[in-house]
Amino acid sequence: MPSTPSESATARLGRLLTMVPWLVNRQGIDLTRAAADLGVSVAQLEADLRLLFLCGYGQMPDELIEADWEGGRVFVGNADSIARPLRLGVDEAVTLVVGLRALREVPGLDERDAVDRALAKLEAAAGDAAGPAGRVRAEVAQGGDAELLARARRAVADRRRVHLRYVVPARDEATERDVDPMRVIGIDGQWYLEGWCHRAEDTRLFRLDRVESLDVLDVDGTPPPQATERDLAEGTFRPAPDDVVVTLRLLPGATWVSDYYAVDSIREVTAADGGGEVVTLRTADTAWLRRLLWRLGGRGWVLEPADVVAEVREGAADALAAYPVPGD
Amino acid sequence: MSSQSGGGAPSAAQTKTERLLNLVLVLLYARRPLSKAQIRQLVPQYGSNASTEAFERMFERDKDELRELGIPLVTEDIDALWEDEPGYRIHQRDYALPDIEFEQDELAVLGLASRTWAQASLAGPAAQALRKLRAAGVERDADALIGIEPRLRTTEPAFDAVKDAVLRRVRLRFDYRRPEATEASERHVQPWSLVSWHGRWYLTAFDEDREAPRVFRLSRISGPVRTVGPAGAFEVPEDHQAEVMARDAADPGTRPSPAVLRIRGGTGHALRRRARTLGDVDDTWSLADLDYTDLDGFAEELAGYGADVVVEQPAELVEAVVARLRGARAAHERGEA
Repeated sequence: MPSTPSESATARLGRLLTMVPWLVNRQGIDLTRAAADLGVSVAQLEADLRLLFLCGYGQMPDELIEADWEGGRVFVGNADSIARPLRLGVDEAVTLVVGLRALREVPGLDERDAVDRALAKLEAAAGDAAGPAGRVRAEVAQGGDAELLARARRAVADRRRVHLRYVVPARDEATERDVDPMRVIGIDGQWYLEGWCHRAEDTRLFRLDRVESLDVLDVDGTPPPQATERDLAEGTFRPAPDDVVVTLRLLPGATWVSDYYAVDSIREVTAADGGGEVVTLRTADTAWLRRLLWRLGGRGWVLEPADVVAEVREGAADALAAYPVPGD
Repeated sequence: MSSQSGGGAPSAAQTKTERLLNLVLVLLYARRPLSKAQIRQLVPQYGSNASTEAFERMFERDKDELRELGIPLVTEDIDALWEDEPGYRIHQRDYALPDIEFEQDELAVLGLASRTWAQASLAGPAAQALRKLRAAGVERDADALIGIEPRLRTTEPAFDAVKDAVLRRVRLRFDYRRPEATEASERHVQPWSLVSWHGRWYLTAFDEDREAPRVFRLSRISGPVRTVGPAGAFEVPEDHQAEVMARDAADPGTRPSPAVLRIRGGTGHALRRRARTLGDVDDTWSLADLDYTDLDGFAEELAGYGADVVVEQPAELVEAVVARLRGARAAHERGEA
């Protein structure tokens, strides 16, 4: 990770011991490129090189590490004893082993053989550090339809436009649209196709389990230049500036809502006042919110705005009209 | 060298990094174990320390921190005849990652495995591990395009502490909020496994208070996670099936029951896809037969369709849906005249 002001001395040491062999094997690499590949700023890399220059197995000039980045090219020498990387630590081994095992389970993956070979070599190299990896198990995303997933991947690789029939359950709509696929993402337990949607004229994520059909068209599917991949750090939800701000009161049995949806704020309510939470969230469309509140069956309700309160109440009353009144 | 270090004295962290790096270099270079006195002489950052006592304290701490980082610093006798003086060194063969050659397609899937954690708290170790494996690798143009990007996220505040405890087998205590409970209660557990299921992290553990295995959802752990006692304090049962436990806890399945629903035209798309049989009653309504396993979950889903879906059968499902709709209506009548 990029070094931050809070990076501890040991964390930095760990980073340097990885950086040295990497640079030793890439003598003369461009400074900017090296910093980017190492995940640090150029200023940080220069500070690291200055530090290396002061260290050695003794303090005579010929015992010190040589570091030179004059003219923007990096050379590191006289570092034989640390010219090989330190063995993998437990966290390092675990991330790769768990990641590879999760990949193995991706339906219809052509690279399964490469995954198995990489896993065997990695486990042999990591030794004891890989042992605890068996106690962390991750599933990238729910199975989904292997054939559909493979077709979506192929469309990305071949840059072909696809025609989707797609259900939007939050609004209970089935839609038809042409999409230029950008990538297939597995996140938060689901597979998505990200692409430029010609209907919305914007980048959209399509959950594969909601795709009723996906036809690969014989049309070039290169997305337009304004199509940008979304930052996955925040998950799949992306609020828009013109969203309505809604405040919800959630009783203890309904606080999963704040786990599940991206909320702006959460205020815990004391047990004396019934417990649970008051949350605020932003949304462009209140149809899904009405449906959510009907589902909660009174364990959560809208505090404001008032028109959304009325929408939920009237919708529930309409639905109840289809059932006989008790006592009839 | 093209740059001079900026003005001002180096920070404490900077000096410490230099000291630790020098210590590693000295101990790796040594052909035989070095005594503390020799180390103090060879690592200049120790020399400036006034008393021998202060040096020894500092050296003890440094040793621990290097070992924590995975550096195999060992204590050996300097001389078989003089056993009272311990010596220290780091063996190159134990220090260095074994030489492994990865094929191009293996490097590509390793890259993908590493990037799986790119949005998680383990992004740093995942990137560093890949950099180590690729240190000696000849640079190639680009990763082979696999076309998928799996991502694991770790948004739960408790993740790192629980992960460390699972990997090191350290007992834990934490406050846990059950879904229906208002207040959190303190739990004491032996953490067995971490499982990601449907995009959420679960801890499977032996619950010491209930004397039975339990599953905990990490997002329901509130406040700090505290370790209890040393590492390696318990064994994880051989037959422990973490995924099965997590799945059962997340989704207690029962036998499917049949339901008959009336669905308004042009709506209920997800239900129509699951229907066993589907027919149009008139211009407005379709009739669908489908199976459900979890009464409450299904009633909740159906209530979400509002007036677009009406339950015909069974009676218990009608009752459950009506109860939810009434609850929702009542909750939105409060505070309004």
